[in-house]
Amino acid sequence: MLTASYYCLRQAVTSLGRNFWLAAAAAGIVAVTLLILGAFVLFVANLASWTRTVESSIEINAFLEAGVDRNEVRRAVERLPGVASLTFISKEQALREMRRSLGERADILEGLDENPLPDTYRIKAERAEQVPALARSIEQIPGVDKVNYGQGIVEKVIAVTRWINLASLVSAGLLGLAAVFLIVTTIRLSVAARQEEISIMKFLGASNWFVRSPFLIEGMTVGLAGAVLATILLNLGYLSLVGRLEEAPLFFLQPVTDQGFLLGIVGGIVGLGLGIGGLGSLISVRKFLRV
Amino acid sequence: MLDLYNATKIYPGGTTGVLDITLRVKKGEFVFIVGPSGAGKTTLVKLIIREEVPTRGQIYFNGRNISRLRPGDVALLRRKIGIVFQDFRLLPQKTAYENVALALEVMGVSRREIRRRVPEALARVGLAEKLHAFPHQLSGGEQQRVGVARAIVKQPLLILADEPTGNLDPETSRQLMELLADLNTEGTTVVVATHARDIVDAMRRRVVELDRGRLVRDEEEGGYTAGCSPLPITACARQ
Repeated sequence: MLTASYYCLRQAVTSLGRNFWLAAAAAGIVAVTLLILGAFVLFVANLASWTRTVESSIEINAFLEAGVDRNEVRRAVERLPGVASLTFISKEQALREMRRSLGERADILEGLDENPLPDTYRIKAERAEQVPALARSIEQIPGVDKVNYGQGIVEKVIAVTRWINLASLVSAGLLGLAAVFLIVTTIRLSVAARQEEISIMKFLGASNWFVRSPFLIEGMTVGLAGAVLATILLNLGYLSLVGRLEEAPLFFLQPVTDQGFLLGIVGGIVGLGLGIGGLGSLISVRKFLRV
Repeated sequence: MLDLYNATKIYPGGTTGVLDITLRVKKGEFVFIVGPSGAGKTTLVKLIIREEVPTRGQIYFNGRNISRLRPGDVALLRRKIGIVFQDFRLLPQKTAYENVALALEVMGVSRREIRRRVPEALARVGLAEKLHAFPHQLSGGEQQRVGVARAIVKQPLLILADEPTGNLDPETSRQLMELLADLNTEGTTVVVATHARDIVDAMRRRVVELDRGRLVRDEEEGGYTAGCSPLPITACARQ
């Protein structure tokens, strides 16, 4: 077995040396693919984190009719599925808030002899996409006069997120296919250069794995080289982006810097690189094994 | 050791390779398979090394039905057969030593064992001095000897040669056949597909003749064509 692995390793190294520039080009293309894939994952993760922030700030304002028992309304709301939290804002509190938000022009409220504002419940949903349905249900509760939740915006955020997720997934898949195809092309050149050798080895009684291994090692090395390159570039790019965002903090843009998550991406890129390289090699050799 | 029962190979498209061949080769035998081009000699060789699967019939080698081998077992079958090709099939960028060593490397033999057995095999075919020569530095006869060394280095149960002298001049051919005969004397079973009439007539071994895919003659101590008296050899050769 040791002989076999020594042989395979030697063959792979020889082959890589012979087709160095082609292998380098293939590795570069794998790197670009994985870089884009990695950037996608980071983008999607950040988008998801941002969406969560937006989602958690979406509130439903339920305005109560005058003279209603607010506890009865509270119980009815709490029975609905998907309610994360519920805060009561009394009409006096609402007026104070309005006065504060009007600032200097608060004197326009002076002419009022009584508070025109209703008591309000502020309700948060567990997830943004539940908001519209939840709002409709709350509107049905007796004693609730009107419901308000920034209609339209939520639906748009949800639609855009879905669309971006789908687009990233499709592009990632296509890029992955392209990378596999390129590895197949590269390894096929090595295979073609050693076609006679493969057929002789088969006649001498080499197992398919013995024939495949050097190409598998070669392809996986190319894939790994691409993955390492992509990881380095992605890290440099992302870290500098994060650094710049921290210099000029935008409260609504909090980049994901969770170590475990970033390591997971690195692991994924390396795994994908090896996988793309291996898959490409296996496809390249397959047809030459039928002797 | 090698048994064919009604082995038939019809290629896709309808070309007949061999038809209903029933043949038994016993351990230690030396067998010539003769016949004109297209008679089915090469198909027969391909069936024995499982390059082709018979359309009908069964082939047993060393007690196993090789028409029903899994891919992994095909490799094991071929490790027991030393194949010698008409066009030598040496790797041009490898030395004689490396070409012979490849046969052991694919079997997973240890490197120490390889270092011992490869020079032995090359010495046995008379190439002890040319271990590190590349094929292009060797004559045709020497190249084919490397091919034979590669076949015997794995100590096969059977040496199977397909037109081994097809690319060699008459004198070199004779020497190569003598080498195969010597290896047979030492105990290895040898099957040679050939149309080297002179050599077959001279050696008086078992001859199996194929014609248009059928086995038409199986003769102990036969000549290239039926009914030749052993002597004079030239009378047979000139028909």
